[in-house]
Amino acid sequence: MNSIQPVILWTDALIFALLLAVLVLVWLIRRQEHLRAPWRAVAQRPMAMGAALVLGVFVVIGLLDSLHYRAQLTDSPADAPQYSVEVLSVFDALTSELRSRQEKTYSAPLAMQLYAKEFVQRDGATVRDYPRLQYGGAHLQHADERLPDITRRTLVGATQGGLASLLLFGLLAGWQARQTQVAVGAWLAAWRQGGLNWPGRTVVLMVALLLMLGGALAQLAAGYHVFGTDKVGQDVLYISLKSIRTGLVIGTLTTLVTLPLAIGFGIAAGYFRGWVDDIIQYLYTVLNSIPGVLLIAAAVLIVQVYIESNPDIFDTAAARADIRLLALCLIMGVTSWTGLARLLRGESLKLRTLDYVEAARAFGVSNTRIISRHIFPNLFHLVLIAIVLDFSGLVLAEAVLSYIGVGVDPAMYSWGNMINGARLELAREPVVWWQLGAAFAFMFTLVLAANLFADGVRDAFDPRLGGRR
Amino acid sequence: MLAYILRRLLYAIPILIGVNLLTFTLFFVVNTPDDMARLQLGAKHVTPEAIDRWKVEHGYDKPLLLNAAATGSAQFTDTIFFKHSAAMFVFEFGKGDDGRNIGNEIRTRMGPSLAIALPVFVIGLLVNITFALLMVFFRATYLDLWGVVLCVVLMSISGLFYIIAGQYFIAKLWNLLPISGFAGGIDGFKFILLPVLVGVVAGIGSGSRWYRTIFLEEIGKDYVRTARAKGLSEVRVLFRHVLKNGMIPILTGAVVVLPLLFMGSLITESFFGIPGLGSYTIDAIQAQDFAVVRAMVFLGSFLYIVGLILTDISYSWVDPRVRLQ
Repeated sequence: MNSIQPVILWTDALIFALLLAVLVLVWLIRRQEHLRAPWRAVAQRPMAMGAALVLGVFVVIGLLDSLHYRAQLTDSPADAPQYSVEVLSVFDALTSELRSRQEKTYSAPLAMQLYAKEFVQRDGATVRDYPRLQYGGAHLQHADERLPDITRRTLVGATQGGLASLLLFGLLAGWQARQTQVAVGAWLAAWRQGGLNWPGRTVVLMVALLLMLGGALAQLAAGYHVFGTDKVGQDVLYISLKSIRTGLVIGTLTTLVTLPLAIGFGIAAGYFRGWVDDIIQYLYTVLNSIPGVLLIAAAVLIVQVYIESNPDIFDTAAARADIRLLALCLIMGVTSWTGLARLLRGESLKLRTLDYVEAARAFGVSNTRIISRHIFPNLFHLVLIAIVLDFSGLVLAEAVLSYIGVGVDPAMYSWGNMINGARLELAREPVVWWQLGAAFAFMFTLVLAANLFADGVRDAFDPRLGGRR
Repeated sequence: MLAYILRRLLYAIPILIGVNLLTFTLFFVVNTPDDMARLQLGAKHVTPEAIDRWKVEHGYDKPLLLNAAATGSAQFTDTIFFKHSAAMFVFEFGKGDDGRNIGNEIRTRMGPSLAIALPVFVIGLLVNITFALLMVFFRATYLDLWGVVLCVVLMSISGLFYIIAGQYFIAKLWNLLPISGFAGGIDGFKFILLPVLVGVVAGIGSGSRWYRTIFLEEIGKDYVRTARAKGLSEVRVLFRHVLKNGMIPILTGAVVVLPLLFMGSLITESFFGIPGLGSYTIDAIQAQDFAVVRAMVFLGSFLYIVGLILTDISYSWVDPRVRLQ
């Protein structure tokens, strides 16, 4: 067993800090009934819960992909180990088969041959034919076996997933029946009629669907390249899965940068008014008036210059790409706080004139205490809605920025880079569509889930919507 | 009114100065001309002489703010700040790395940008309002629910997908329209069609959903109840009352982006090969032509501020209740 050297990239550290913060927040919310109520409303919406499950799958993959390490070189001595320059993650270790099975070049999804003809040796003669793939469908003797094999694998995988979800459902039914002290049959009847206090049918069906899909994918991926291979022969499924982390990092860490700026400036402007308000308004009008893409482009170019002129700070390519990702999040955060700040300013202007704030001021409560006890808690729903609404926009923005050339590092796995690298291949004959298709499909799934979840959160938290949907 | 407009114009000046100072800091202080030269000439194996030559060629060989070597007012005017940053206030943008005058480029490229952006904007507005009104008309039915779900689905699709799918299916596979290109006059019509179609479709999701919320907010108001109470039909209520009042936030929201239409769309123009300002900007970013990027930042901010002023004016114009202070 080779030893490993853990690597903590900047974004890893921030992601786990964020996870910790979310857990603390969950713990705090659980203790306060008035904070729990809107979340319970979210949990009762089938659409929001289904979306949350999908988001959960993405988040788990992203977190696994954030535990980085460098493996020991096999020929280095044990007492003075040397480590590979390649930074891997736990997710890489789990999917090492996908990662290592590299073909020569493009191949279509589930194919057993390359996409274009080449000269191959067969029975002593040189013929022009589609060469067999090294790994994809390598277990097949003849092309006729491919379709039955794919069908069999899909069915086996889906059945395994279905059995697993049945088992989980059985455990859930038993546990829930015991919790609510009813017979299992009665609980099942309540479940079937939607008589539970949570959207049981949607959640169970969604879990079953995800497990069956996962099972089928796993079965197929063991023998084929499910989404084909890219130009250098790498498995597109693997690249798409690796891109999840990039999307999540951009969607979450950018908001992390936005929040302190937006909350601080927004509340200060609305609460203190006068010259503070003037300065902050001036600041965000200036920032707002600069076209966002151009400001991001300018800043990214500058970061690039910095990285190129200080190559010795970063020991691995991964660290370099990571710093650029972090810089991108920072820059996008700095350019995008203005909208939320404006909203918070308006709300604070309203709140500061309310009786309870006036009363607090009359009692001589300090400004910081009024803001933290009376203003901020009443703005929190706006902040939360902004976080979930911004997420999907940021994931989509990454693709556009990468296309312009000011997104993440070109060596980093991201949907934007996948699209950028593949869009010219549509002109090829035969058309290479699977790379674009996979990137768009994954991005669509994540963004749709985020949007549906955001809708649920907004409906539950926004007091203006009231009973109306 | 005139005094108000004048005051708004005066208010715009410090903002433009702020933008100018910010771009100056970003492009000349944080990122020095030496860095620019190194990036342009290739990071490795670059001699100090080559850097100096590049700086002289591009007029970046002067001091940043204060030229001690010069005399009189030239101390301030013969500097990078004055020549490259302050000069933008009179729309003197200088030359790009390709040696062309940026001001001329902007003037010739505004037309093609507008030829795409304006139809997308107008048609998009009409289509989105129509969809929103339909959803509001059928509110609280399955048609409305699925309409909203469809909007969310459309919103969740990347803008790049609409462009690539449009080009692939409509232009390449079915040969209905040219895949990209541009021509002036009547000949240009067939080139404009596809980008406009893609632009409108890409905007339907978020646009109609947003307008639907605006109309729904309007429909809950007292005057609508009064209109219904006096026996007006639902169609009449929607079109005569809700639409008219709902147009106030929609139109004033639209006014702010109106001047920015000149800038064109970065992605659409570069995919469809339209020689507008959007593709100009993208080319500049990719070639790391800082002079052009700087000019576009200034132009964009200027147009945005014009939009803000127009918004304020239009507010007071469409809604007499808004008093000018």
